[in-house]
Parts: sequence; structure tokens; C-alpha cells
Amino acid sequence: MLELRIDHRQGDFHLDVDIRAPEQGVTALFGHSGSGKTSLLRMLAGLDRPDDGHIRLGERTYVDTRQRLFVPPHRRRLGVVFQEARLFPHYRVRGNLTYARRLTGGEAFDRVVSLLGIEPLLARMPDALSGGEARRVAIGRALLAEPDMLLLDEPLTGLDGARKRELLDYILRLTREIELPILFISHDTQELMAIAERLVLLDSGRVVADGELDELLGRAELAPWLGGFEASTPISARVEAHDERYHATRLALDDGQLMTLPRIDHAPGERVRLRIRRRDVALAREMPSQSSFRNRLRATVEQLDDGEPGMVEVSLRLAGQRLLSRITLEASEALALSPGDDVIALIRSASLAGSAG
Amino acid sequence: MLTELEQQALWISLQVAGSALAIIVVPGILVAWLLARHEFPGKALLDGIVHLPLVLPPVVVGYLLLVVMGRRGVIGSWLLETFGISLPFTWQGAALAGGVMAFPLLVRAVRLSLEAVDPKLEAAARTLGATRLRVFITITLPLALPGVITGGVLAFARALSEFGATITFASNIPGETRTLPLALYSTIQTPGMEGAAARLCAISVAVAMASLVVSEWLARRTRRRMAGRDTGL
Repeated sequence: MLELRIDHRQGDFHLDVDIRAPEQGVTALFGHSGSGKTSLLRMLAGLDRPDDGHIRLGERTYVDTRQRLFVPPHRRRLGVVFQEARLFPHYRVRGNLTYARRLTGGEAFDRVVSLLGIEPLLARMPDALSGGEARRVAIGRALLAEPDMLLLDEPLTGLDGARKRELLDYILRLTREIELPILFISHDTQELMAIAERLVLLDSGRVVADGELDELLGRAELAPWLGGFEASTPISARVEAHDERYHATRLALDDGQLMTLPRIDHAPGERVRLRIRRRDVALAREMPSQSSFRNRLRATVEQLDDGEPGMVEVSLRLAGQRLLSRITLEASEALALSPGDDVIALIRSASLAGSAG
Repeated sequence: MLTELEQQALWISLQVAGSALAIIVVPGILVAWLLARHEFPGKALLDGIVHLPLVLPPVVVGYLLLVVMGRRGVIGSWLLETFGISLPFTWQGAALAGGVMAFPLLVRAVRLSLEAVDPKLEAAARTLGATRLRVFITITLPLALPGVITGGVLAFARALSEFGATITFASNIPGETRTLPLALYSTIQTPGMEGAAARLCAISVAVAMASLVVSEWLARRTRRRMAGRDTGL
């Protein structure tokens, strides 16, 4: 458990938070610039001291102002990846990676290096790296310090579309392959959608909401902050098999229903997060016998809400998860939908969270 | 080529200036680091004291050295009683005088180059488990090295040309404290030595030029080496 209870004033800005995050998975710290994300990161890393409060990670207390306890940054074992890569310009990439002097060679070193695809860069100087490469080295450097937690401060900011996607793919691989809790700081809703499991929503130095990403997405009062998420819902599934002939990938939901996606690059057995836009989900009363919709899933209507004039927002229960559909009022009345009804969700398209768009 | 007296003066000058630099280089870097990277009570006072030799007449500095480090001075008498060391009228005393006069130049140059090092890099090093000392040795100092070298050469040249504080504290003893500037002063005072004065002047110019060339070469070499370096520690 990561515990952050901080009461801190800096000029006009007042940071007053009480956050608890599990020591596993990816927790996102989300907020607009000036919401206090970076202040919080600096205090967690030990670069600033809070006026009042405590910071704990698992058994270890980093800060407790009441007991006048302050663990300096070099004894905290937090891998920090800053917004700018902050590589040391006078060391080669290898020297940067081994700066922490913990994992300097051997299997663990090779694993991190290959996970991030930075073998060809080892002998280069940092000024000969592209923005994306430099950030991958910075992530590797933090990992090789054998941290108890990885802190990523807007690692994708300032990269162009293609580089951003590439780095995001590396980070996603990381979250799948290493057992390390990650605190991901961002103000970009798409990034969060792609990798976060839990979300702490920060505004003007206060926590507005804190919980599972999927749960927060369903809360209407958070729309002003999470508006960017609204258009789609995340669905978790497992890769079942690849179909080379149709260049497709079959995925299984938790209740065994199958979905088909254009070929994705994940091994069978891996869990992936899909993103399904509301307007890509159509509804039918009965299983259509002939249809171009390849994804026809049995779901239950949970709730109907009025949307924009003439539209209805339908919340569905699909394999224990939530799926949103937006249909016209006319269609809704024609189908005579009411909560508890079994329906078929026809999914026009789904994308892998974190990859395309 | 050089007369015996000229050789002697040149040698004493180099010895005095080299020792002066050796005395002040570590404290100079330390003080520059304190001034560049720390806030503490009395910082302005320390800054002022460091700069005093730059603004005081050198004779005043020489006089203060006599008061503090002379045989009956506060520290001087203790040195004499404990170690039997007496600084006035010795070449070591001349080195001390040169060092004190050169100190502000060294501190200023080093401080500027330390301040130019991005504190964000230092913060990153701290999160990677490095103590403040290790950050200073592996990040701050190497990145500031060209400035440190420039400051060192500046200080060396200043100690080489020191006159007022040296003649006050260490006097003008041939073969002991008579450096190039003091030798030049003596020849000017002596009628019929105009030729010798001109030669000493030429030697002084040559030494000063040489130190500038060496400084430029060192700074370039450091920058090149730093651009191709692996893990230092």
C-alpha cells in the first residue's frame, strides 16, 4: 500500500491530499497542469519536504512530519522517470543505465535492456539519442536501480504521434512483464485509458476521486474531468488464438463469449484491454442470423438514461463488465428496452487500448 | 639564455604560484559549491569575505596576513609554538599571500560553472541512490570541469603576478621570496639596470601567455574527453 497524506502550502497553492494506492498494477495520477501532480511526485521522491503529513510505501515510512522523520531521496528506492529524460550528458547510455550501481550486469541487466530495445544504444552518448530513445534509456536506468515502485512523470509528453505510440507500447510491455507497482502521472486521457487500472483524480491540490478506472468512468459527476474518456468503455479480455487466414485475433471474455479483432500482436493467454466506443455498439433483441457484425455478444440491460435530445444511453452488463451503448430514442422504443432485458450487443469495431487512436 | 638571477626569480614564481593554487583549489571548490547550491545563514557574509581580496588594496591584505599569520599573530604564534613553522619572509608565506589574493577569482569562476549545471540532473542522480557527495563528484564537478580549469588558471596567473601582499607579508628576499614581479621592481629601483628590467618584463609576458595557452588547451581537452567517457565510478 502506498499512503500519501500531505498538507502543504506553497505560495497560493494548497496541496491537501490523502491517497492510498495498492502496491501493484498501474495507478494513474491524473489532473490538469497546476493540479499538484508534480508537487506530489517531488515529495514522494524526497526532493521536497511536505509541511505536514506522512508518506509510506509498504512497511517503510519515508516521511512522517510528526515524528520528524525524513528519508533522503537516495535511500527511498523509487525509480523516477522525469518528464525530460534527464540523462547524464557525460556518461554513455551504458554508464547512465548502471549509475545506480545495483544491477550493473548479468541477467537482470540484459533483460531490462532487451525489454526496452536499447541494446544498440549502449555505446552512444545521450545527445545522440532521439527523444523516444532517451526516455526508454531513462526508464531502463530507473528500473536498474531496483526500485520498490516506478514513478513515471508524463513520460510521453512532447513526443510526436508515432514515437508516442512506440514508447507507450514499450511501457505496456513493461507493465505486463515486470512485477512492479507503477505510479503514472499524466494529463492525457488517452494515455491513461491505455495503461491505468486505478485512477486518482487531482484538481487544485485536492483529490476529487480515487478508485478503479472503470468504476470512475461510470460516474456522471466526474464528467468535467474525465470527459475525454466518455466516448468509450474499456473491456478486458484474454487472447485465445490468432487466425492467420483472416488476419484476425480471437479473444475470450470472462464468460467464455468470443470476440474477433483485426490481428493484434499479443500472445495467446495474454490479457488485453479493449476500448469500445459507445456509438460502435448497436443492440438487437435476437441474434441476427446473417449480419456483417462479427461480434455479437449476449448482454443484459442495466440502466437506460436520457442522453442528448433523441438519444438514449444504455448501460449493459457484459461478462461481468460494463459496456455503454448509445442508440436513438426511436430505436430504444421500437425494441421496448427496459432494465433486466437480455439483448445482443453488436459491436462494429473495437480497438486495443493504447494502440490505434 | 637566462641569467642565474632570472632563472631563480622564474623558478620561485612558478613554485609560489603552483603552491598557492594547490592550497586554495579544494577550499575554493568547496566554498563555490556552498555559494552555488546552498542557502544558509551568513551566506552573504561568506560571499563578502571571499571577495575582500579583490577589492582591498593588496598591501592591506599583506598587513592583515602579518597580523593573523605573523610570528605574534593569532594563528601564526600557534603554528610557531606547535609545529615550529614561521611563514613571514619565506616562499611558503609568499604562496599563502598569492593564494589569498587568487582565491576570489577561483571561487567566482567555479561558482559560475557549478551554477550552470542543471539541478534537475542532480535530483535525478539522487533518486538513483547517490548521496550528495557522490552526486557532486560524479555529476556536478565533471560537468563543471571546464569552468574549474579556467578558474584554476586564472588563479595561478593571479598568484604569479602578486606583488603588494607578497612584499608586505613575505618581503623581497633574493632566492627566497623574490618572484618575477619583485625582481622587476628591484631592478627598476636600481640605476643602470634598465636592460635587466626589460628582460624580466619580457619573461613575465611570456609566462602569462604560456599559462593562457595551457588553459585553453586543457579546457578543450576536457570537453573532448567528457564527450567520450564511460562510467567514471
